[in-house]
Amino acid sequence: MPIQKTCTILRSERLIPYGYSLVLDAGEIADTAHPGQFLQVQCDGQFLRRPISICDAGAGRIRIVFEIKGKGTQILAKKRVGDSVDVIGPLGHGFPIHGETVLLVGGGIGAAPLFFAARRCLGTVHAILGFRSANTAVLTEVFRSVCRQVDFTTEDGSLGESGFVDGPLRRRLEETKYTRILACGPQPMLRAVAKIAAEFNVPCFVSMEERMACGVGACLGCACKMKDGSYQRVCHDGPVFSASEVSFDD
Amino acid sequence: MTDLHVNFAGVSLKNPVVVASGTFGFGREYGAFYDLSELGAICVKGLTLSQRAGNPPPRIAETPGGMLNAVGLQNPGVDGFIARELPELRRHDVKIIANISGNTVEEYGILCQKLAAVSVDMLELNISCPNVKEGGLAFGTSPQSAAAVTAEAKRNAGTVPVMVKLSPNVTDIVSIAKAVEDAGADAISMINTLLGMRIDIHTRRPVLRNNTGGLSGPAILPIAIRMVYQVRQAVSIPILGMGGITTGEDAVEFLLAGANAIAVGSANFQNPYAPLLVRDGIASYMQENGISRVDRLTNGVQTWTPCRASCEEELT
Repeated sequence: MPIQKTCTILRSERLIPYGYSLVLDAGEIADTAHPGQFLQVQCDGQFLRRPISICDAGAGRIRIVFEIKGKGTQILAKKRVGDSVDVIGPLGHGFPIHGETVLLVGGGIGAAPLFFAARRCLGTVHAILGFRSANTAVLTEVFRSVCRQVDFTTEDGSLGESGFVDGPLRRRLEETKYTRILACGPQPMLRAVAKIAAEFNVPCFVSMEERMACGVGACLGCACKMKDGSYQRVCHDGPVFSASEVSFDD
Repeated sequence: MTDLHVNFAGVSLKNPVVVASGTFGFGREYGAFYDLSELGAICVKGLTLSQRAGNPPPRIAETPGGMLNAVGLQNPGVDGFIARELPELRRHDVKIIANISGNTVEEYGILCQKLAAVSVDMLELNISCPNVKEGGLAFGTSPQSAAAVTAEAKRNAGTVPVMVKLSPNVTDIVSIAKAVEDAGADAISMINTLLGMRIDIHTRRPVLRNNTGGLSGPAILPIAIRMVYQVRQAVSIPILGMGGITTGEDAVEFLLAGANAIAVGSANFQNPYAPLLVRDGIASYMQENGISRVDRLTNGVQTWTPCRASCEEELT
């Protein structure tokens, strides 16, 4: 059950030029959080809360890692240790974490919720993380510490392989029989991952992103188009959907 | 002792706090945060004859002091509501107001018949949705068509009271309020959202996939107060006032302007407990001011006598 809570910030860190990490004293929200779920975070002076996925949770603490995208996240990035934030969570349906061999595919800040999945997955975990360049790469060390293997790609080749995640993804799928793929990142990346997963007949789950209002399923503001033509609520039916059901057409 | 009970067009509300259509789904989600029986009434998500998929995303945009939405009446259809949502809602001791939207005058009649047959507590005619192409707003922008929809609803609603939700996107809201009262409306709810637009300057695209959407939130409160006040001067049927209410003080303003009950809308998104805070805020105001019954607040504004022409001259 989601709850509303005013949380004290225990740690605040700038990871990359536009990427920040906050550790919150989140009590029971932390204890019940599941990988892929998110928080609705109140940003002072903004009318709507901002949905931010949970990067890690445990022992009453939640870590969120986010990128400055607009005013709301800009305000949040200015928060310091000892400040408080009002959050609602944990929200949404997250990633399935069972399975013998799991492949995580993350793009940019989308790596954040996959880290929580990596920590909680019961089987062997491999990850492929794509970034624009080495100076926008986040969570690289912690991924290395929890995953059996991690491949990096960057658009400029400054870290790992040059290009997008597609290349290493195909190679991994040719080498290893994965139980499932879990992906989070920009929509074009998710579309590509879904397509490749279908080619290799590996069940794939994608975490979708959309502008939200309520975050709890009441307002129908965050619509994700499904292949049957219906719209599902990203906040409540998702944010994680089976990739085979999502319509990635514009 | 504060008495929050309100008789609203024959519907007994335990308190004057209603939740606005489209902001509360069918109650399931916020029912996880508190007991829905705490509310006066729930206006359910707008219902249409057939189910509707709604508009493509993005459907939401942040604005100064509020938000835009262009959901596009996504709903399971009236039959889906009656079969799957109404029984669940009925488990709570709260009045149920069914909000309906038709493509034609006749559709409003059919919707009223279906919902009167299952004894919802009240019907709310949405003649002012800005986000659908057909029907919707068109009925709400002329006194004649607003009256026609109201009369058709009344013919088909049996003993269920009919409330008409007015659009602020009109030149003269008072003439429409009078027209629906004359056509037999039992109550008026106001205001629906104001038509708005935002543009992403980097992509040069409107933020909403629908290009335009309905503005709600604190930004529209003074417009809503003014309109409730104007309509109160012209009609005698009860008014459900709404538009940007986030606190008990906001609600008291609406009551003083002439509303008989109030609805909390977008504030639910910011704080799931907003309707309860509003209710408690009204009660505190009453206690502090020695007011025993909430219905004594309605129309309690003491307007200034109009100033002489010279006041305006000084400004020009």
